[in-house]
Formats: sequence, C-alpha cells, structure tokens
Amino acid sequence: MTQALSRSNEQTNAQLFHDTEFMESLRAQMIKFAVLQVRNDALAEDAVQEAMISAYQNIERFNRQAALKTWVFAILKNKLIDILRKEKRYTSVSLLEEGAGRSDEALLEDLFNEKGHWQKDERPKKWDEPDHGLESQHFWRTFDVCLDALPAKYSRFFMMREFLELDTNEICDNEDVTVSNLNTTLFRARLRLRECLEDNWFQGEKNT
Amino acid sequence: MMKCTEATQLLSEKMDRSLSSKEKINLGVHTAMCPACRQFGKQMLSLRKISQQYVNHKEGNN
Repeated sequence: MTQALSRSNEQTNAQLFHDTEFMESLRAQMIKFAVLQVRNDALAEDAVQEAMISAYQNIERFNRQAALKTWVFAILKNKLIDILRKEKRYTSVSLLEEGAGRSDEALLEDLFNEKGHWQKDERPKKWDEPDHGLESQHFWRTFDVCLDALPAKYSRFFMMREFLELDTNEICDNEDVTVSNLNTTLFRARLRLRECLEDNWFQGEKNT
Repeated sequence: MMKCTEATQLLSEKMDRSLSSKEKINLGVHTAMCPACRQFGKQMLSLRKISQQYVNHKEGNN
C-alpha cells in the first residue's frame, strides 16, 4: 500500500511542476529577487535553475504549492548567500550613489519637525497584532509594493540583512561599504518600509 | 534630551549591533518618555519577524 501511495503522491506532486501559470509566476519571483541580490542576470538565472532542479529531485516532499515555494526559496537563499560571499565587491561603486538622497531629506522633513521630534500625525501607532495578515495574500502584496517602492539599494540591503540574515560585518565585507553607510541605509529602508506598511496595512485595514 | 531622529536611528542600529552603555541609557531615557519612539522600536522587531517570513506564507493558503 505504501508503495502505491507514494507512487501516486509522486504523480500528484509532479503535477505542481506542470501547472505552467504557477511555475512561471514562481520563477519570475525568484529571478526578480535573485537579480536584486546578486546584480547579475546570468548568476541569478543559474541560482534559480539549480534551486528548481533540486526541488524537482525532492518532489515527494511537497504536496502543496506553498510547500514547494518555501523549499525552492530556502535553496535559493543559500545559493545567493554563496554567490554574495564568493563575488565579493561585486557591487559597483555607482550602486552606492544610487538611491534617492533628496527624497530621503524630504521624507525626514515630513516625519520630523525642525526640533527633530515626530510630527503629530506621523507618530508611529500601535500595530494591533503585527502577526495578523502574515497568512494572507493581501498582506504580502502590500509588503511587496512597499518593498518595491524603496530605492533598489535600500531593498537589497534590507532583505540581505533581514531575509538572508547576513550580519552587518559580513555585508560590509562582501559589498565593500562602510558600517556607517550600511547603518544609514538600513535605517532609511526601515523608516520607509514601516511608514508604508502602517499607512497601507496596519491603519488602512481598519478603515475598510 | 535625545531627539526622535537620533532615537529612531539608534532603534534601527540596535537591530544590527550592540549599543554602548551610554547609548543604551540615553535611548532608555528617551523611550521612557516618548511613546512614539517606543512604538517605533516595537515595529523594528515586527519588521524583522515579517521579513523572515517573506515567501513562506506568500500565497500560502487558498
């Protein structure tokens, strides 16, 4: 019985790979994330390809789209970390200049008054159940929109730190940036991201 | 007293390095009196938790 069952599972699971729409959207998300992190199309393609192959080889492990997705992204994450470590200072200097210096100043002026204290309307509010929504597609769409709205350098370093979970010394070493430059970038990324999530999810939701 | 601009920067850096004793004291005094920065600090932790789940639950159900 177990044999027959595992055979039929394998077939069902293989069908995940034949859902073209799902696979293409998954691949597109992986490529987008990989390109953002390694800044090289060919390296990104290779990493995604290897993650996909490894998933296919372990097909009996997942029976739902979500499980497959978690698996391939976990593999991709490790591959990207390897590439980032190997390709030290791959980041061109020009990337460091990238990002919206001016609009940062404008954001700081919007959020804080001339004495450096929060503007009344901008004070961070309590996020009721910050975990609420993590299961919903709507939340993650909002999160993606907020992440995409950041300058590329910000979202890249933010996700390197918070999703790939590299420590700051390692990021500075791999990317040849100074600690203070990285700290400032992470601060601005977090400042913008929290603002965007608060406006579009944690507050906005209540009003609907 | 520390400004909110400085306190928020430290609350972000606290996620990436250990603060010095002096920074901790100054930040502690500030957040004791400033609910907005206190919330900001909590949100830094939430942001981390959320980011670590990026992908995992995306399109998870239905």
